[in-house]
Amino acid sequence: MIHSLFLINCSGDIFLEKHWKSVVSQSVCDYFFEAQEKAVDVENVPPVISTPHHYLISIYRDKIFFVSVIQTEVPPLFVIEFLHRVADTFQVCRRSSNVGDTLPTGQLSNIPWRRAGVKYTNNEAYFDVIEEIDAIIDKSGSTVFAEIQGVIDSCIKLSGMPDLSLSFMNPRLLDDVSFHPCIRFKRWESERVLSFIPPDGNFRLISYRVSSQNLVAIPVYVKHLISFKENSSSGRFDVTIGPKQNMGKTVEGVVMTVHMPKAVLNMNLTATQGSYTFDPVTKVLTWDVGKITPQKLPNLKGIVNLQSGAPKPEENPSLNIQFKIQQLAISGLKVNRLDMYGEKYKPFKGVKYITKAGKFQVRT
Amino acid sequence: MTDSKYFTTTKKGEIFELKAELNSDKKEKKKEAVKKVIASMTVGKDVSALFPDVVNCMQTDNLELKKLVYLYLMNYAKSQPDMAIMAVNTFVKDCEDPNPLIRALAVRTMGCIRVDKITEYLCEPLRKCLKDEDPYVRKTAAVCVAKLHDINAQLVEDQGFLDTLKDLISDSNPMVVANAVAALSEIAESHPSSNLLDLNPQSINKLLTALNECTEWGQIFILDCLANYMPKDDREAQSICERVTPRLSHANSAVVLSAVKVLMKFMEMLSKDLDYYGTLLKKLAPPLVTLLSAEPELQYVALRNINLIVQKRPEILKHEMKVFFVKYNDPIYVKLEKLDIMIRLASQANIAQVLAELKEYATEVDVDFVRKAVRAIGRCAIKVEQSAERCVSTLLDLIQTKVNYVVQEAIVVIKDIFRKYPNKYESVIATLCENLDSLDEPEARAAMIWIVGEYAERIDNADELLESFLEGFHDESTQVQLQLLTAIVKLFLKKPTETQELVQQVLSLATQDSDNPDLRDRGYIYWRLLSTDPVAAKEVVLAEKPLISEETDLIEPTLLDELICYIGTLASVYHKPPSAFVEGSRGVVHKSLPPRTGSSESAESPEAAPSAGQAAEQPAVIPAQGDLLGDLLNLDLGPPVSGPPLAASSVQMGAVDLLGGGLDSLMGGSGFTAPGPAAPAGMGAPLGSGLGDLFDLTGGVGTLSGSYVAPKTVGAISMDLVLTNKALQVMSDFAIQFNRNSFGLAPAAPLQVHAPLAPNQSVEISLPLNTVGSVMKMDPLNNLQVAVKNNIDVFYFSTLYPLHILFVEDGKMERQMFLATWKDIPNENEAQFQIKDCSLNADAVSNKLQGSNIFTIAKRNVEGQDMLYQSLKLTNGIWVLAELRIQPSNPSFTLSLKCRAPEVSQYVYQAYDAILKN
Repeated sequence: MIHSLFLINCSGDIFLEKHWKSVVSQSVCDYFFEAQEKAVDVENVPPVISTPHHYLISIYRDKIFFVSVIQTEVPPLFVIEFLHRVADTFQVCRRSSNVGDTLPTGQLSNIPWRRAGVKYTNNEAYFDVIEEIDAIIDKSGSTVFAEIQGVIDSCIKLSGMPDLSLSFMNPRLLDDVSFHPCIRFKRWESERVLSFIPPDGNFRLISYRVSSQNLVAIPVYVKHLISFKENSSSGRFDVTIGPKQNMGKTVEGVVMTVHMPKAVLNMNLTATQGSYTFDPVTKVLTWDVGKITPQKLPNLKGIVNLQSGAPKPEENPSLNIQFKIQQLAISGLKVNRLDMYGEKYKPFKGVKYITKAGKFQVRT
Repeated sequence: MTDSKYFTTTKKGEIFELKAELNSDKKEKKKEAVKKVIASMTVGKDVSALFPDVVNCMQTDNLELKKLVYLYLMNYAKSQPDMAIMAVNTFVKDCEDPNPLIRALAVRTMGCIRVDKITEYLCEPLRKCLKDEDPYVRKTAAVCVAKLHDINAQLVEDQGFLDTLKDLISDSNPMVVANAVAALSEIAESHPSSNLLDLNPQSINKLLTALNECTEWGQIFILDCLANYMPKDDREAQSICERVTPRLSHANSAVVLSAVKVLMKFMEMLSKDLDYYGTLLKKLAPPLVTLLSAEPELQYVALRNINLIVQKRPEILKHEMKVFFVKYNDPIYVKLEKLDIMIRLASQANIAQVLAELKEYATEVDVDFVRKAVRAIGRCAIKVEQSAERCVSTLLDLIQTKVNYVVQEAIVVIKDIFRKYPNKYESVIATLCENLDSLDEPEARAAMIWIVGEYAERIDNADELLESFLEGFHDESTQVQLQLLTAIVKLFLKKPTETQELVQQVLSLATQDSDNPDLRDRGYIYWRLLSTDPVAAKEVVLAEKPLISEETDLIEPTLLDELICYIGTLASVYHKPPSAFVEGSRGVVHKSLPPRTGSSESAESPEAAPSAGQAAEQPAVIPAQGDLLGDLLNLDLGPPVSGPPLAASSVQMGAVDLLGGGLDSLMGGSGFTAPGPAAPAGMGAPLGSGLGDLFDLTGGVGTLSGSYVAPKTVGAISMDLVLTNKALQVMSDFAIQFNRNSFGLAPAAPLQVHAPLAPNQSVEISLPLNTVGSVMKMDPLNNLQVAVKNNIDVFYFSTLYPLHILFVEDGKMERQMFLATWKDIPNENEAQFQIKDCSLNADAVSNKLQGSNIFTIAKRNVEGQDMLYQSLKLTNGIWVLAELRIQPSNPSFTLSLKCRAPEVSQYVYQAYDAILKN
C-alpha cells in the first residue's frame, strides 16, 4: 500500500510528509519534479510515474500535489481515490480550522456509515439534484458530443435511525448510476426506488450519467466569428450568446473563457453586457456575462492585436462556457416522493434542482 | 474556540512549562498540555524529552486524551525504544478495557509501533483481540497481524496468527471479513507462493456476503481476492458475476474497476450463447464510461484499463465512441489515451465522426497531441478501408498547412497507407516530394526515402532526390541509412542505366565506411546479390511486400489475457505483467484467464493453445575451417569474377584466415559450376557472365588485376602478380589464398606487399608456390582460383596456369622402362596432336623442351622423319610419355602422348605448344 505521502505546493516546496512504514527520503520527489518540469503545465503531470525503486502516484488538487510513494503492486485507483479523500479532508479542515470537530467521535453502530444516537431538534432532509452538461459544439453549431453528469447531494439531519425511500417520476432516465454504499441495490434493481438509511449530515447520495444516446438539450447557443487576417497583425472577434431549449427558465451566471493563441498581444473589445478581462500573460479572455435576457442578447466584439511579424495562428480557440439554470434538471429527472420509516417524527423535506455547464466547449 | 491556539506558543522554556503542565493534578490542564505537545510535534518540534511525562498521562478514561497520547507514542517510540517499554503495561491493560474502542485503539497503536521489543509483548493481547467479542476490535486486530508480519514475519507464523486470520474470513461481521482479506492479501504479496488465500465455495460465499456490507476499501480487497478464484464451472462463475455486478454502481472508481476485473475474468468461462453473457456485456459499458467523468488522474488509469478491455472485448464499448472525444482542456496524458482508444473503436459506422474529430485535433496547440492525431488519421485509413481515400485527402490538407511536425507525421503515416493499399494513392507523391527539404526527423526522412525508392519508376528525378540524401550519409541515423541503402538498390534495379554510380557509392558507404554491423551486412548482402544474380536480386528486393496488418500496436493475445487478470493494478497502467517491473525477488505468479468450461462449451483455454511459432531452427554450426574455405569458394566462384567484390563477412580478420565465417550455412546448397572460358593471361577484364552486362566495373570500386607469367627458374614454382589499385583509397594488408586445385598448388609464403598500395599504383610480386595444398580435380584441369584480401575487401579471380610449371626435374625415364610403359599403357590412352608452325629442328626442340623438364630418351630417324621419344613427370608423380615426329620440310609436328591419366594429355600438349613457340 501507500508507503509515504508528500504534499507539494506549486512552487515545489515539500511542506508536509507522512511515512507509514519507514522514512523514504524526500529525494524521491526529484523524479516527480523532473516529470513536472517536462509536463510544463501542472495539470499535465502524469499521475503514475515509475522511478528505479518506487512508483509515485499523484493527484493535483487546489494547487497542491499529493504525491504518494508506492513500493508494491497496488490498484492505482485505490491510491488515487484515497488521495482525493485525503484532499477532501484537508478542505474540510481548512474550512472549519478546528481539528477536534472532525475527529471521529467513534460511536459504534451496526451501520458503518451512521453513528448511533443522533439527535436533532429540527429534523430535516434536503436533496439537491445538480446536473452538469458536458458538451462539445462544433464550428457550425451542431453538437459533437453531449452528456449530463448528475448528482444528488443530500443534507440529512434526522434523529435516530431513519429509513428513507426516495422515488422518481421518471427513474428510467437513470441507467448509469453510482450509489452511496447506504443504498439497497436490490430495491433499486427491482422497484427503481432509492431505499437507504442515510449517513448523518452532508453526503452524495447518487451520481448518474444521462448518456449521449438520449437527446441532451443544449440550453445556450453561441454565434461566433473569430478570424485572423493573413499578413496583418490584427484579427476580428465577435461572439454572441443566446438562450435555447431552456424550458422557459433564465440562464444566468454565464461566463465565457477563451484561451487565445500565443500570438495574441491584446484585445480591444466592447461588451454589450457584463465585463471582460484579457490577461496578456496567460492569454486568457474572460467575459463575465451574467444573466441572458432573450430580448437583448449579450455580445462581445472588437479587434484582436497580434504580435507583429508572428505568423497567423493556425488554431482557433475553443470557447469555454459556464452557466447556471435554477429550478431545472435539464435531463427532466424529477423526484416523486420521499418516505421515512423507522422513526415517528415528521421531517421537513426539500428538493432543489439546478443545471450547470460542466465542460461545455464551443469550437470555432 | 479553535485549535489554532495550540500552535501559537513559541516562548522560551516551553518544554519545561509543558512538563509542569503535564504533571498537573488537574485533568483539564493535563489534556491541554498534551494537546500543546501534539501541536508542537506536528509542526516538527522535538518534544521527545517529554516522553515519560506524556506516557504518564496514558492512564486515563478520557478517550480523547488517550488518543492523543497514543499519537505521541507512535511518533516517538521508534526513537526512544527503551522508554516505549514503559508503555507496554498500559497497552496490555488497555487491551482488556471494557470499552471496545479502547481495546481496539490499544491494539492498533501497538501495531503501529515498529519496535522489536514491543512486538513480543504484543502477541498475547493481539491473540485475545483477534477473538474479541466486538467486531470493531476484531477488524482492527486483523490489520494489526499484517503490520506485525511486516515487522517480524517469523513471529506471526510461529504464533499461528495466519490461521486465525484465515478463520476470520468466515467471520459473521463483513468489516472483519474485509479486513482479514486485506491483511491476508498484503501478507500474501510478500509470500506469493503461499496458499493463504486459497478459497473454496464456502469462503467465496462469505466474501460475497461481506462484499455488500463492508466499506468501499474493503470491497476492493474482496473483489481483488475474488478475481484470483477459479470457479469450478460456468454456473459458479455466473452466480459470482451476478453478485458482483451491483458493485459496478459504486461511487468509488477503484471498486468499479475491481468489479470489472472479476467480471471480465469470469466471463471467459461463460458461453457466448447465454443470454446472461449479453446482459453482462451491456452492463459493463455504463460504469466504464462513468469513470471518464471522474478526476483526470482517475480517468487516466481508467483509460489505460479501457484500452485493454477494448482490445479483449471490443463489443462492450463499440457504441460509446463519443465519450472518448477529447476536450481541449483535458490533461495531455488523458488526451493521448483517449486518442488511442478512439482508433481502436474506429469502424466503418463511426469513421466520419472520428475523422472530423481527428482533423480538429490536428490543429491544436500541443505538439505531442497533434502528432498523435495525425498518426491516428493514418491508422484509421489502414483500419477502415472505406475511409482510406478521405484519410489521404485529410492528410494532404494537413501537409498543405506546412506546419513542420504535421508534415513529417503525415509523411510517416502515408508511407504506411502506401503499404496497405499499394498502387492506389501514388498521385500524392508529387505533393510529398515538395516537402522533402523540410524533413528533419529520422522517421520522416526514412519514410520519404522509402516512398521514393518504392516508386522510383514513377518519380522522374528519383535519383537526384536520393542522391541529395546521400551527401550527409554518415550523419544520418541508422534508420535513414538502412532505408537509403535499400531505396537506392531498388532504384538501381528499376533504372540500372543511370544509377550505377549511385548504387556503387551507397554500397561502398555502407560496407566500407560504416561501423554499424547491420548496415554493413545489409550492404554486403545487396552487393553480393547484385553481383551474383541480378535477376534474383530483383526478385528479392522488389518482391511484393506483405500487406501490413489492419490493427497496429495490438497487445499480443497471451499477454493481453494476462493483463486482463491484472485490471486495476499498476500492471494495467504499464501494460506489462508485474513480473516485468515489480521490484525485488518476490516471485510473481503468472495469472491466466480461466478456461471456458461448461456443458455446452468445448474447452477453449488460452493456456492450451499451442504456443505459436517455435523458435526457428538455429543455423547449423560453422563447419571446420578447411572445408569451409573450399565450400565457400565453390560458391563464390560460380561465374568467375574479377572485379566486384563479393560479400564476405570477414574483412577485418587477419592473415590468411580470411574466409572464416558462417556464410556457407547461409548460402549452402549451391553446387560447383563450371567457369566460363577464361583468358589465361590478363585477368583484369570482365569475364562473360550475366554480370558483365549489368556491371562494367573496370573502373569500379576496388578492382584488382593480376597476370600470370611463366616461371623463369626451373625447379621452383612461383606466381607473378601485378596488383593495380583502381580504387580511390589506399590498399594495404594484402593476403592471398588458393582454392583447392588439381595439383595442390598453394602459396609457399605469405603475399608480401611491402608498402601500402596507393590509388592507380601497381606492384609486381613473385609469389613462391608449392604443391602441398589440398587437391581437387578442376575443370579445366589447370584452373586456379585465387582470393586476394586487403583492407578494403576480398577479391576473387581465377587463372589457368601452363602445365609445364609442374614438370619435375627427375622426369627422365630409363629406356627399358619407357618401352615397357609405352607398351603397357593401352592404346586408347594415346592422344595425337598437331603442333603447327614450328620451324625448329629436332635437336633444338629437344634442347628447348629439356629446359622445361621434358626429357628426350631416344631419337630415331625413320623415313626421313625425326622421332623423339620423351618423358616427363608431374609434381604429383604422373608420368607422361611422348613421341614427337618432326618432318624436316613440314612445320607441323605430330605429338603422340600416352599417359595413365589421359586427361592431362590435352594440357601437356598445350605446354609443348607454348614452350616450342616461346
